[in-house]
Amino acid sequence: MIAAARLVLIALTRFLVGGHGRWVGSEPTFEQRIYFANHGSHLDTIVLWAALPDALRARTSPVAARDYWGKGRLRRFVALDILDCVLVERQAPAGSDPLAPLRAALADGRSLILFPEGTRGEGSSIMPFKSGLYNLANTHPGVQLIPVFLDNLARAFPKGAYVPAPISCAARFGAPLRLRQGEERQAFLERAREAVAALGRPGEV
Amino acid sequence: MDDWRIIVLLAGVIGILLAGSLASFVLSRRAHGEAMQTTVQNLNSRVKAWWVMVAIFAAAFLLGPVVTLVLFALTSFYCLREMITLTPTRPADHRAVATAFYLFIPLQYWLIFDAWQTVFAIAIPVYAFLLLPVLTVLAGETDHFLERTAKLQWGLMLTVYCISHAPALLILRIPGHEGENFLWLFFLIAVVQLSDVLQYVFGKLAGRHKVAPRVSPAKTWEGLIGGGLSAALVGAGLFWITPFSPLQAGGMALAIVLAGFCGGLVLSAIKRSLGAKDWGTMIEGHGGALDRMDSVTFAAPIFFHLTNYFFAV
Repeated sequence: MIAAARLVLIALTRFLVGGHGRWVGSEPTFEQRIYFANHGSHLDTIVLWAALPDALRARTSPVAARDYWGKGRLRRFVALDILDCVLVERQAPAGSDPLAPLRAALADGRSLILFPEGTRGEGSSIMPFKSGLYNLANTHPGVQLIPVFLDNLARAFPKGAYVPAPISCAARFGAPLRLRQGEERQAFLERAREAVAALGRPGEV
Repeated sequence: MDDWRIIVLLAGVIGILLAGSLASFVLSRRAHGEAMQTTVQNLNSRVKAWWVMVAIFAAAFLLGPVVTLVLFALTSFYCLREMITLTPTRPADHRAVATAFYLFIPLQYWLIFDAWQTVFAIAIPVYAFLLLPVLTVLAGETDHFLERTAKLQWGLMLTVYCISHAPALLILRIPGHEGENFLWLFFLIAVVQLSDVLQYVFGKLAGRHKVAPRVSPAKTWEGLIGGGLSAALVGAGLFWITPFSPLQAGGMALAIVLAGFCGGLVLSAIKRSLGAKDWGTMIEGHGGALDRMDSVTFAAPIFFHLTNYFFAV
């Protein structure tokens, strides 16, 4: 039942927006990874998930906001049962570690899909990254950080729209990024943001 | 399948494709040099894609008009998707774009299914033409309004309205030729595609003078005249699957060839103005769906109208 629902979701994604993966700077391998991408629409999570080869998809969990994906039976079914999401609180209560569910998934050996902007942009530029990516890079130096650019998604399903329009989208996977010795939080986050942005400028990569 | 003509056509097409597969196999063993190998590889994947397309066409015929309509609707869908993907639409265009896809594609093909010819002829040129800019204007963004509206209109006209005229041949009624409509559709597609292939072959063999070097470097006068006339001759030879006399069939084929040529040229110019080489990557060796359908977009409405005007009741 879940497997069939997954196939339907992938088929629907391919039919409407394509969403094929283009590996321009890295290869699809079994290494443990955090894929981090720009965020322009509610489809982003599904498209990046669908862009991964089957074997990698099975061991990768998207990180999703509890306040959106945790609400309503259908959304919960898609997020938890189909996509195997890790839900996080965007507004974590003081004193708690909002990254705890992510660390638990990493400890399980799973790869993650992360949108470090924290919220959807309007598509023309990428907003500053939140600190989560830096914190995870710091505590999990063995996990590869792969920048991903999601192309066209803000056009296919802009904020406020009810249905996605059929416009071909793609996920471009770039070269792994490493936290440098003693690199400052802001410098790293800006470098990570630039790595995603560079993948969105054709001709450069 | 009770019509002997279908069997003859199918055998003919399979024969041609077998010859193509054989030729590309022989060539691939003899090909030397990089340029030659690329050409042969290209030929190889083209022949393979042809097999698939012919199989789809045969299935459409066997399974009846509804399947044919669904297949053409899907073709329109993919062509419009390719066009809109390359067109820089904005979030403010979303409602108009979604309406073009989800309302006008099903509507146009349903009108063919319903054989409602008068509305079929005006649904997009009148109603979509007027409705889409209204949806866009409601989003309130006036920046490049005319450009954005025009691009969507062009996309919808070419990929849905024009292409839908091919399966619309199924609803024409020509006295004395009832139940033969699918053969006319075959006639149209066969002449268009043969003309494309023959123009390519004549162009490769004898092409010197380019028709429009900046738009489409592969199109030459030698290719157009040699390939176009041969395709028209083949069309005349196919008169027995049409309601036309041999001379009329040749004339119709010539109209299809010329319209198809213009379609290829215009679509190529649009593609270049959008900064792309191929419309997409859907069919291996053929680029996108619209790269295969570019000639059909112009040939189908012209052939439909000529047949309707001079022969149908």
